[in-house]
Amino acid sequence: MKRAIDIAVLPAIPEHIRVAVLEVTGRLKDMPGALLPILHGVQDALGYVPEEAVPLIAREMNLSRADVHGVITFYHHFRQRPAGRRVIHLCRAESCQAMGAVTLEQHVKRRLDIDFHQTTADGAYTLEPVYCLGNCACSPAMMMDGELKGRMTPERFDAWLEAEAP
Amino acid sequence: MSVTVYVPRDAGALSLGAEAVARAIASEARRRHVDVRVVRNGSRGLYWLEPLVEVETSIGRVAYGPVQPEDVPALFDADFLHGGKHVLGHGPTADIDYLKRQQRLTFERVGVVDPRSLEDYRAHGGYRGLAAALHMSGEEIVQTVLDSGLRGRGGAAFPAGIKWKTCLEAPSQRKYVVCNADEGDSGTFADRMIMEGDPFVLIEGMTIAGLAVGATQGYIYLRVEYPHAQRALEEAIAIAEAAGLLGDDVGGSGKAFHLEVRMGGGAYICGEETSLLESLEGKRGQVRFKPPLPAIEGLFGKPTVINNVVTLASVPIILDRGAGYYRDYGSGKSRGTLPIQLAGNVKRPGLVEHAFGLSLRELAEGYGGGTASGRPIRAVQVGGPLGAYIPASQLDTPIDYEAFIAMGGMIGHGGVVVFDDTVDMAAQARYAMEFCAIESCGKCTPCRIGSTRGVEVIDRIVAGDARERNEVLLRDLCQTMIAGSLCALGGMAPFPVLSALDHFPEDFTGAADKANA
Ligand SMILES: Cc1cc2nc3c(=O)[nH]c(=O)nc-3n(C[C@H](O)[C@H](O)[C@H](O)COP(=O)(O)O)c2cc1C
Ligand code: SF4
Ligand code: FES
Repeated sequence: MKRAIDIAVLPAIPEHIRVAVLEVTGRLKDMPGALLPILHGVQDALGYVPEEAVPLIAREMNLSRADVHGVITFYHHFRQRPAGRRVIHLCRAESCQAMGAVTLEQHVKRRLDIDFHQTTADGAYTLEPVYCLGNCACSPAMMMDGELKGRMTPERFDAWLEAEAP
Repeated sequence: MSVTVYVPRDAGALSLGAEAVARAIASEARRRHVDVRVVRNGSRGLYWLEPLVEVETSIGRVAYGPVQPEDVPALFDADFLHGGKHVLGHGPTADIDYLKRQQRLTFERVGVVDPRSLEDYRAHGGYRGLAAALHMSGEEIVQTVLDSGLRGRGGAAFPAGIKWKTCLEAPSQRKYVVCNADEGDSGTFADRMIMEGDPFVLIEGMTIAGLAVGATQGYIYLRVEYPHAQRALEEAIAIAEAAGLLGDDVGGSGKAFHLEVRMGGGAYICGEETSLLESLEGKRGQVRFKPPLPAIEGLFGKPTVINNVVTLASVPIILDRGAGYYRDYGSGKSRGTLPIQLAGNVKRPGLVEHAFGLSLRELAEGYGGGTASGRPIRAVQVGGPLGAYIPASQLDTPIDYEAFIAMGGMIGHGGVVVFDDTVDMAAQARYAMEFCAIESCGKCTPCRIGSTRGVEVIDRIVAGDARERNEVLLRDLCQTMIAGSLCALGGMAPFPVLSALDHFPEDFTGAADKANA
């Protein structure tokens, strides 16, 4: 019962986080270069990579906590706090700029009353910048929870928001 | 008899409503009791016409687009299932000028086949390259790639054959083939179109690379922004495995090749090959010092071939039809074809595969039809966020590696972004520095700190604060970044900045100057 003994030296971890992390690490930790797949797995399961998960991931991977923390913070994709119910990725790169992304960006921020990396007060939307979605032939582009939208305009954004509203 | 209708599942087409169109066609067919088979193909790359619906008729495939769900009943009324006339009709797809004038080698099947069908892939010449390679030695495969003149399409344009030869000759029990599918440059989507529209060609190309250098494991490092490509690749890999074309015994040859997709973490620098390898190893994506070259000491310290998606996807046709067939396209040291991605402010954005040598003007004005806004073209950025801004006066430059180097630019991954005359070039220069600051891996000071300083200095120039002195400072800073950076992120981010300063100085006259004028 090696695991039970080791757990005792870890800080207290909320049960649902512990279960989710061990499920992911149990499945993936033996693959070569497993850390990124594991972080993806944890974020897919929990919506973010909680601080409390770091010591457990580190132990399962035989890495230092600093190593794991360093990797999480290096990549834009991994979040350390929960996001809103829907995540909007707005493209800020050149092709989209050439087609009005700056105006769109200002409109979206005003409409949601948040800046990049923030979540609306009701927890409905998180807004993130992205530097190209590979949809440059249909600029400006945005992604809503993995669903790509092309030729976006302030009007189309508003229409989408209204259609989404509960 | 059932009629075959093609509706793309390409992410770009989906972003414009292709899913709803496919559903509308299926339900309208049911309602009218006609037998329709809907095939979800990739995109032909004619994005201004997406969603582009095609119908298989006695005279070949006939195109309609851009189709929205509400157009579907009228299309049925117009008998589009037999190529009937409709305002959205464009006649036979193969005769559309934009497509007809292209030279499609790497993209010959993209938008044509069902990406989930191995039979379709084979019926269109797929896996003939591998069949040829299985009868060749590693040396012979490498020599064929060398002879084809194929250079890396991911940015650095390094001859693929030389890289492969180095890896083949590196002694090791274990070697890897890594596909760089990080496609981070703005204005680029060719990798995505291949992975979604013809994933087997990438799998086949990687398998051939494995045979050539003696690698048994391949990884596709895919950017996290491409969930559609991930699904397409994973399905195709499963199909290829089931058919015995991947695994322990590739095509009954007794040789092994395994393939896996790995998702990145949303960091531009992970497109740089050594930081990509770090990331694949589960670390921060920080650039490695070279040497050693990855071909000698790459993934997990083992010899590794790392190539871009388009590079690897160009290999099957070279093995199938011979090095000469491919090499005879192109000019000078730019051999074969380049899939150019036309984006930004153009009327007809899309994918144009053509032998090297097409001019920027033919591309932007001919294929692209000028700007979408109808205003004059002012600048074109080629090669992504690290590429120089080219003024409209230089649009006659031919698209080949040497001509671009001579002009102080680069082709990079072949992305071309067009801007009209409303563009603020000082803002673009500022953005280039800001992008570098956000995406820097942090390893070297000129890039990490210099880019942030660059943003500040540009802000001061634009504010009219000691404009001349600050311009000297900015140029000096750019030289430091060019000379002192370990990789091209810090080393090339100054190119868009300096080109904006050189060609569009009027945009940098500060607010104070303007007030005094
Ligand atoms: C900052 C930076 C970003 C890069 N991004 C990409 C990329 O997104 N995709 C790519 O294929 N190559 C990219 N490259 C080029 C790769 O380092 C490398 O040259 C390429 O993967 C080699 O493949 P190729 O020879 O087939 O082009 C980038 C290079 C640098 C310096
Ligand atoms: S130039 Fe920038 S991105 Fe490249 S190694 Fe240096 S710090 Fe990292
Ligand atoms: S620049 Fe916005 S999708 Fe590529």
